Amino acid sequence: MLHTFVAYVEDLPGVLTRVASLFRRLNININSLTVGRSERAGLSRLTLVCEASSEAGHRIRASLYKLENVVDVDDIAQAPSVTRELALIKVAASPTDRSQIFDLVEVYRARIVDLTSESLVIEMTGVESKIEGLIEVLREDEGRILEICRSGKMTMRRGHHTSGVLQALGAGDSEEAEEVAEDKAAVEPE
Amino acid sequence: MGTKTNPSASNASDTNAHLTTPTRLTGSEILWATLVGEGVTDVFGYPGGAILPAYDALRKFPIHHVLVRHEQGAAHMADGYARASGKVGVCIATSGPGATNLVTGIATAMLDSIPIVCITGNVSSKVLGTDAFQEVDITGITLPVTKHNFLVSRAEDLAKALRLAFQIAQSGRPGPVLVDITKDAQQGTAIFDFEAAKPRPYRPHPMLRVEDAGLAQAAELIRNAKRPVILAGHGVSESGAMEQTRTLAERAQIPVALTLLGLGAFPASHELNMGMMGMHGEAWVNHAIQEADLLIACGMRFDDRVTGTTATYALKAKKIHIEVDPAEINKNVKVDVALVGDLREVLEQLLPRVAGRDGSAWLKTINSSKGEAAVRDIKNLPDSGHLYAAHVMHDLWRITGGNAIVVTDVGQHQMWEAQYFHHEHPRTLITSGGLGTMGFALPAAIGAKFACPEREVWVIAGDGGFQMTAAELSTIVQEKIKINIAIINNGYLGMVRQWQEFFYESNYEATPLVSPDFVKLADAHGIAGRAVRTRADVAEAVEEARSANGAYLLNFMVEKEDSVYPMIPAGSALHEMIRRPEKDPLIESPDDI
Repeated sequence: MLHTFVAYVEDLPGVLTRVASLFRRLNININSLTVGRSERAGLSRLTLVCEASSEAGHRIRASLYKLENVVDVDDIAQAPSVTRELALIKVAASPTDRSQIFDLVEVYRARIVDLTSESLVIEMTGVESKIEGLIEVLREDEGRILEICRSGKMTMRRGHHTSGVLQALGAGDSEEAEEVAEDKAAVEPE
Repeated sequence: MGTKTNPSASNASDTNAHLTTPTRLTGSEILWATLVGEGVTDVFGYPGGAILPAYDALRKFPIHHVLVRHEQGAAHMADGYARASGKVGVCIATSGPGATNLVTGIATAMLDSIPIVCITGNVSSKVLGTDAFQEVDITGITLPVTKHNFLVSRAEDLAKALRLAFQIAQSGRPGPVLVDITKDAQQGTAIFDFEAAKPRPYRPHPMLRVEDAGLAQAAELIRNAKRPVILAGHGVSESGAMEQTRTLAERAQIPVALTLLGLGAFPASHELNMGMMGMHGEAWVNHAIQEADLLIACGMRFDDRVTGTTATYALKAKKIHIEVDPAEINKNVKVDVALVGDLREVLEQLLPRVAGRDGSAWLKTINSSKGEAAVRDIKNLPDSGHLYAAHVMHDLWRITGGNAIVVTDVGQHQMWEAQYFHHEHPRTLITSGGLGTMGFALPAAIGAKFACPEREVWVIAGDGGFQMTAAELSTIVQEKIKINIAIINNGYLGMVRQWQEFFYESNYEATPLVSPDFVKLADAHGIAGRAVRTRADVAEAVEEARSANGAYLLNFMVEKEDSVYPMIPAGSALHEMIRRPEKDPLIESPDDI
């Protein structure tokens, strides 16, 4: 099944390699991976989508947490969430057949963000199937599509909490969450 | 670098002042001062260009450096030091080949969860990534075989990285951490403030879970079990849960089976100790697991060498898994109750809920299944003039009173040791279980001897594995340490030969092994030794080794084509064992206890 993980990781050189290397080691292919800054200083947020057995979620999440630079991991699984992907599509379009593209773009609620005499660039945000739909229609004209650039999925849980991990820890904000985590166990090493 | 460069006492106390008063030091000095602050007294290493500034500063600090003959040895020594002492072992190497030579040792520590910190030098930060002489991306190379690693390119970041490395290495599930330090970071200066470099409080894995419901469920399963078995692993000694494990076993009258790395964590002589489980465990142990209705797994990870094929593993049993690493839960074997936390703490919470129970029927069943297997045991065979490895192990155990630290290599002798040398205490068997690293024994034993200089240390190695790291004999001599070496010499890569015999129609391809005369080899190093060819000579030779002043090597010329029994072929079910062949009439040797 398709697994979606959202993780907060320290914004340091090599952290992405560590995350990617974990999936390589588990022999799991990453379908999509997006990374960017988050609302938390010094932390990047990533959304990672991969295909793995239905029981693999627990182990992947636990293994991600074992990476020193990983701060929070949320296994979105089937939880209510919003997922979006951004696509930039460059298509060949002369002044005479532009209007046809304009119509399409309107139907798909996309935007034109660049226009030259021979081509234009469509920007589209949406769920994967919607983007696939637009691409499919554009492909009906052979040679129409010149370039496709897709961001991969970004996912956020629905509802009022900053991340599912904090919810799982039963706390409302990160400081409390850390306290909970510290209470949960453990020992100060010697 | 001389090896006996212990600084004078006054020097040492000057240096220790740095630990309390922030002082400007070079990166090299910060390195050693931080290690001193972390309690390090011995490091194992090999100098080279990119780590030379660090070596240049070493004499100012109260740290003893052991010069190894190959960096793999340095990593194994740090590993052996950690396993014997429970403290963090430290090794140090230069960039490039020095660093890559550590990798086998690092992976060995990773697979067995051993806390070591590995220091490597690297080229200056200005030329990082330019393929400079002896430059290698060691943080990239070791990424999958370390718990974490650091590349430090500024002197001011060094103390913090090192202190965090020590915290990571020994917290949670322990493991190796590598700190790669560029040459300019060693040469630069920074204010060294040991206290300020203290890492953030240890952050336990957020998925640790020991809930009341789980404890209650576990207690309920124990109360209702008719045929329970405790599976005790390496986690018992790592977490210091020997007492708690024993209390659980005794109170609820539950027999205990041990993994290879668990040996010693539960006394071999204890009436509830069944012995080692798995591929070369005794038949009754594996049968008991297959027949059990409850398995209580304590600090073990259901490795394929203890489960055989998981498709048929302990199908009748409910399973309780007490484990510090959440990623191990349901990884190999699906469990019914997971108590994810430090084993000792979990058992302390669980024990008040466990009442005494009568386990006599089940124990009787297990005991009655022992008899038939025991009579086939090689140690009960009469002296036929042949020397069997089992004899050697049995006699070593008997003569040393089981009090020695035994460091084994990998292969047949390792399994015979596990079967015939009975360990009463944790940290008395040091062996590479997970990675199965040949060449481990000799260097790991050197590390163990530095951790426990007053203890009797025995290396037991095969003729194959011994040759992989035999150069460390020089290290023994240079350090003037007393280690006894038993080579179990059968002229083959024995375990591979055994697999060829069983599974490849005795096609002994590439397993017959020509070796040097090990006694002469020892002699060339200035180490005394002798060959032993009959069982009658074993006891005298062992005593001779023990009473010798320096290191001593015994070359046991054992039966060439002997095999380790019983054996579960890889991928077979736990009850599908290859049993010991029937041998000739049995007379118990008077030496046997």
